[in-house]
Amino acid sequence: MQSQATYNYKVVRQFAVMTVIWGIVGMLVGVIIAAQLVWPELNVHEFLSYGRLRPLHTNAVIFAFGGCALFATSFYVVQRTCHTTLFAPGLASFIFWAWQLIIVLAALSLPLGFTSGKEYAELEWPIDLLITVVWVAYAIVFFGTIGTRKTPHIYVANWFYGAFIIAVALLHIFNSAEIPVFEAGILTPKSYSAYAGVQDAMIQWWYGHNAVGFFLTAAFLGMMYYFVPKQAGRPVYSYRLSVVHFWALIFTYMWAGPHHLHYTALPDWTQSVGMLFSLILLAPSWGGMINGIMTLSGAWHKLRDDPILKFLITSLSFYGMSTFEGPMMSIKTVNALSHYTDWTVGHVHSGALGWVGMVSIGSMYYLIPKLFGKTEMHSTKLVNVHFWLATLGTVLYIAALWISGVMQGLMWRATNADGTLTYAFVESVKASYPFWTIRVVGGLLFLSGMILMAYNMFKTIASGRAVDDAKVLEPAHAH
Amino acid sequence: MDINDLRTIFTVLAFVGFVGIVWWAYSGKRKASFDEAAKLALSEDGPEASLKNDAGRQHN
Repeated sequence: MQSQATYNYKVVRQFAVMTVIWGIVGMLVGVIIAAQLVWPELNVHEFLSYGRLRPLHTNAVIFAFGGCALFATSFYVVQRTCHTTLFAPGLASFIFWAWQLIIVLAALSLPLGFTSGKEYAELEWPIDLLITVVWVAYAIVFFGTIGTRKTPHIYVANWFYGAFIIAVALLHIFNSAEIPVFEAGILTPKSYSAYAGVQDAMIQWWYGHNAVGFFLTAAFLGMMYYFVPKQAGRPVYSYRLSVVHFWALIFTYMWAGPHHLHYTALPDWTQSVGMLFSLILLAPSWGGMINGIMTLSGAWHKLRDDPILKFLITSLSFYGMSTFEGPMMSIKTVNALSHYTDWTVGHVHSGALGWVGMVSIGSMYYLIPKLFGKTEMHSTKLVNVHFWLATLGTVLYIAALWISGVMQGLMWRATNADGTLTYAFVESVKASYPFWTIRVVGGLLFLSGMILMAYNMFKTIASGRAVDDAKVLEPAHAH
Repeated sequence: MDINDLRTIFTVLAFVGFVGIVWWAYSGKRKASFDEAAKLALSEDGPEASLKNDAGRQHN
């Protein structure tokens, strides 16, 4: 009977295609705002001004590009590793359409100026409610599928996806607690945070850092734990390391948020706790990176001519780099130099382009042919070109912002012998222009890689067929 | 007992819990079951693929 059931690839396919589309949209907005910093004349209208487009960029790349990639891969991985079809397929379909609606609402409301002003949580209360509904549906589909699994084990990738779903629910509920101004109406919403003063700031950055920890790290590690072993054709390097670093991440990440509020009104001891836990985070982060990279141990030659594996392993290298840089930047004395400068933005993009972007791109190149009945992408050569465009783009971006960031920090703190500031703020802005121009070039390279990916994807789809008859396989030990 | 005592107890229990997890994960008894779990990502391509991967593992 079991062999009659087929895997639900439809929702995976929808989310996979939209990952590429929203990736292009979100990164295009990123390139536009990077250009606006260099050429302020590009702020042509208030709807398209830097202040309105910047939250649109972050929301689009995190929740539209990253979110679609996570829905696609988690729904694929949980079915395959649990040897069962998706629980509540109707609900899964609802998740897809409702998530697209949320993205469109974000793309309209943010340029129009509707915002609750909380970073990465700018969307106003009606959209927040819709997100809550979708997230509950996501939990039902994901954990329902795990509940109906045919294997005794729950594969480690599902642990990471599961933690991501639970933690994001918690974060969203607490940080989005807000008091709506009903007089403003639902179509032109307005709300105020339920918290005040420094508590509001702390909850915001508890949310902000755990969005990094659970949305942009734990969930993408789930992706890594399936697609790296799969593409390398070898089981994960150390399963026990995966268990230990999973729990270490869970226990540690929740406390690292205060490092976003060094030298503010936040109590000093809270800042120190945040710094300490950020330093501890280096261990579980590198546990994951080592486990991923060492999975290739004994098969390093595959890296030479497999561009998908190049994407995946390079993403882990950027993950290792940015999770080393992050704890260093959380040290209060280092933070005194780096905070509010481009260094922070460079650090974020080392993680966002290098880690999250590349691991998603690699996984999509694995997934797309399988969903459309092909053995590989239309052009492997173009995948390779994409890899080099993405790598070069990321390196240009982060190197430029390292330099401008450190320069800004040094200029802002420079004082003359009589104690006056050596530089006016605008002088540091002027000195940043060359590096901001390099950033535009880096962003353009990364974006052009995504456009190649879209072309490659549509050619693959055109010559393939939508696979809806992949039979659910019996677990290996049942034979 | 004030709330800070509860916070202290929770922190200590969380640490003990984590040490317990490390001990559990590295106990020899778990090895066979972890090996089986690790193969879940690969064996799901069907029996042939899983045999091939098992052969690959011998060279480790």
